[in-house]
Amino acid sequence: MSFVPGQPVTAVVQRIEIQKLRQGNNLILGFSIGGGIDQDPGQNPFSEDKTDKGIYVTRITPGGPADVAGLMMGDKIMQVNGWDMTMVTHDKARKRLTKKNEDVVRLLVTRKSLEEAVKQSMGGFPRP
Amino acid sequence: MDTESTYSGYSYYSGRSRGSHRHGERSRDRHKSRSKDSRSEKSVTINTPPAEPLLGDSAVRGEQVQDDNWGETTTAVTGTSEHSLSQEDIVRITKDLEDSVGLDCRRYFTRTLAVILGLLVFLTPLAFLVLPHLLWPEKLQSCGTACEGLFISVAFKLLILLLAVWALFFRPARAGLPRVFVFRALLAVLVLLFVVSYWLFYGVRILDSQDENYQGIVQYAVSLVDALLFIHYLAIVLLELRQLQPCFSVCVTRSTDGETRHYNLGQLSIQRAALAIIEHYYCDFPVHNPALLSASKSRAAKHLAGLKVYNVDGEFPAAPAEGPGNNAAAGLAHSQSRAMIAAAARRRDTSHNELYYEEAEHERRVRKRKARLVVAVEEAFTHIKRMQEEEQKKAPGDVMDPREAAQAIFPSMARALQKYLRTTKQQHCHSMESIQQHLAFCITNNMTPKAFLESYLTPGPTLQYSRDHWLARQWTLISEASVTSGLKDGSIFLLKCVDFSLVVTSKKIPYIQMSEEYIDPKSHKFVLRLQSETSV
Repeated sequence: MSFVPGQPVTAVVQRIEIQKLRQGNNLILGFSIGGGIDQDPGQNPFSEDKTDKGIYVTRITPGGPADVAGLMMGDKIMQVNGWDMTMVTHDKARKRLTKKNEDVVRLLVTRKSLEEAVKQSMGGFPRP
Repeated sequence: MDTESTYSGYSYYSGRSRGSHRHGERSRDRHKSRSKDSRSEKSVTINTPPAEPLLGDSAVRGEQVQDDNWGETTTAVTGTSEHSLSQEDIVRITKDLEDSVGLDCRRYFTRTLAVILGLLVFLTPLAFLVLPHLLWPEKLQSCGTACEGLFISVAFKLLILLLAVWALFFRPARAGLPRVFVFRALLAVLVLLFVVSYWLFYGVRILDSQDENYQGIVQYAVSLVDALLFIHYLAIVLLELRQLQPCFSVCVTRSTDGETRHYNLGQLSIQRAALAIIEHYYCDFPVHNPALLSASKSRAAKHLAGLKVYNVDGEFPAAPAEGPGNNAAAGLAHSQSRAMIAAAARRRDTSHNELYYEEAEHERRVRKRKARLVVAVEEAFTHIKRMQEEEQKKAPGDVMDPREAAQAIFPSMARALQKYLRTTKQQHCHSMESIQQHLAFCITNNMTPKAFLESYLTPGPTLQYSRDHWLARQWTLISEASVTSGLKDGSIFLLKCVDFSLVVTSKKIPYIQMSEEYIDPKSHKFVLRLQSETSV
């Protein structure tokens, strides 16, 4: 999932829709994020490329809305409700996910297994 | 044979210097030092003084000491025992004495030359000034003010030159070197040429033509003194300053026990470097103790004695039949040595085991004796107390001076000390007299028992011991390069004395290329490494 500067980033993504859960006064999603352009990318345990400053899912509360929706630990979040998450600060990412007037967040996430699945399925067909 | 008449004072020293670890010789030297006139170096009579105590030589000491030592000192003197004077020693003594006589003549010769040159140098300006007054006084112009000012200048410059020459050259000679000191010789020749050329000019242009301009003559003399001062400056630079900057790192190893030290030397000739190294040796290296080497020698002897090669068939082995003689004999020796090496490699050698346990046992013994010694000395020191000033006036009872106090407490620690010295094989380095002197010294200076013991627990540099242990004031420099050539990178030479040799290797200190890098003090900036995790 490394990027070449100046070229568009391409990735195989999965669409995940999470319904926010109301707990008291808060709307929670049930996972934790890490990363951001103002953070230290070398300490990210989930990224392949240690210069990748994207937003990653670091923890999922079991049984929470994210878990139910199929989000997995280690996923890199590419978009939230259409907003780009590959070049944002950590705080901006948090704000995008926790808007009070939204009940549903639609994420585009990518993970390694998706790429491999696509490669496997494409590898069977010889290219014309 | 009348040998005494040919010796000068120098041979006395060389005789003393050969007082080696050998017991008989050293005791003879000690007797010599007391009598100061016996020249028995050449006598072949080998009588070990009977029943001489190990630590001392007078019967006035404590009873226990003598009793304890008595059993050890009756030595049977045979031709091969450690304590005898063998044929090689006699040959060596004669060679040393012959050499020393030759060296002495050379020293006096150089000294007289130097004195003559010095006199010539100092009297020349004065002669230049005085001769016109003696030879043509009536024709001479009278000396005006400027001229008389120049007299003062000549006088003071001569005085400064005299002091400077005294400071630089009139120092007691440190050593006698094998070859002539090149820089000094060059400088002497330069000064001589210089003065001779001035004389030539003076003789031709002034004496012959009887010049009347006295001021000119005085200025000529002043210029001579100025030039002499500059030559003296040159002498300082060549003789003293040039070798101060370190250029070489020399590694000095003692051949018998491997003690190694490293020194920094400047650009010196090999003989001057050798002299500097010997002076460092006397100050830094622990004293050479041959008694510590006997263990490895006996091990080596055992290795050799273990295997013997027998030639069963009585005919030469299969060497190409080029006839008898060197070839076959060499082939035989070659195959024998190879057979021995192969057998030694195969043999199950347990000598390492013995060595290990022996050394461990020795360690334990030394530590036990040391503990006893420390306790004995501490207890002995508690028996005496320094008397204060007021008490001295009040109670003149049993008052002792330091020497008597030392003698009083010495017997209680003597046995422990002697046993310790014998275990560490240092007993020949310290005589009873020297121990008591040291004890009196420590008592006088309020030193603790630990300070007193320090000189016996660790072997000090050679200079700290008695003169008998200044082994070899006669050193031999063995070098493949000429000894007046300079030190180079990788030059190796040997300094041999009677018991051991010092192997010296030198390495050049490398040329250092340094560059600079400027750091703006405002350029030191830091950021925090963040890794936050937020739950949403």
